[in-house]
Amino acid sequence: MSARFRLRPRPLSPHLLIYRLTITMAMSIVHRLTGVVLYLGSLFFAWWIVAVSAGQKSYAVFDLFAASLPGKTIIFGFVWALIHHMLGGIRHLIWDGGLWINLPEARGIAWVTLIGSVTLALTAWIAGAFIRTLIQ
Amino acid sequence: MTSMRTPRRRVRGLGAAGSGTGDFWLQRVTAIVNVPLAVGFLALLIALSGSNFDTARTWIGNPIVALMLILLTFSAALHMRLGMKVIIEDYVHGTILKIACLLGNTLFSTVVGVSCIYAILRVSLSS
Ligand code: HEM
Repeated sequence: MSARFRLRPRPLSPHLLIYRLTITMAMSIVHRLTGVVLYLGSLFFAWWIVAVSAGQKSYAVFDLFAASLPGKTIIFGFVWALIHHMLGGIRHLIWDGGLWINLPEARGIAWVTLIGSVTLALTAWIAGAFIRTLIQ
Repeated sequence: MTSMRTPRRRVRGLGAAGSGTGDFWLQRVTAIVNVPLAVGFLALLIALSGSNFDTARTWIGNPIVALMLILLTFSAALHMRLGMKVIIEDYVHGTILKIACLLGNTLFSTVVGVSCIYAILRVSLSS
């Protein structure tokens, strides 16, 4: 790098503090955030699947944690993040095709990803709870 | 022998990350593949909620379910490695630190991915 000629630092991309938060901006941030949550959450998925493969004892340890409040919070968070990231990802793919890229549509699908992900995650949770009552 | 290709020719189209549009494409392809697999995975989670060890084992060991989980693990591991690579390239700037983070990212994604696939195969092949 020709640092000698750089008298002033190069400008960075749009500064968070000087823009009002918009729904498209928020969903852009949340897409990245949920990507990171899923990345870390892959460890939890690995724990589950490895515990099942390792046998009854390991599974009991996982099960104990999964049934606790922190465990349930992680599972719900993971499910919501997966659904939100999936809807947000489909939105990105639509944009890659050159569709719905103008502001009114872009705002519209940003809201759809948010409301849709919360609704679907809650629905999944209720469906799971319903199945649990059927088993027990 | 010196190459007749100019330095400019060698870097053309590779961009700041040095890998051209290949990563971009694989990110999109794995994103598309992830959608049906993630839906299937969520359905599996709902079906398995509150079930005991034996039920979980039977379901995961089912050939169709095992295949779905293996494909999801493979596709998601590639996808999450590329996604995190972009994030690292956005925020980590020192050369050494950046290379360390990128190596760590590849290592993490590989270990998680391969461990999961091994575990799924183990359940499925022994049931
Ligand atoms: C379920 C279907 C999924 C779809 C449709 C999807 C789609 C996408 C797309 C299109 C991007 C690029 C966004 C951009 O250009 O800014 C992306 C980024 C990313 N994805 Fe996914 N993804 C899915 C699942 C996953 C999973 C399961 C994980 C992790 C285990 C994951 C982790 C990431 C990460 C870490 C990024 C980088 C985020 C960023 O650069 O801001 N994704 N995803």
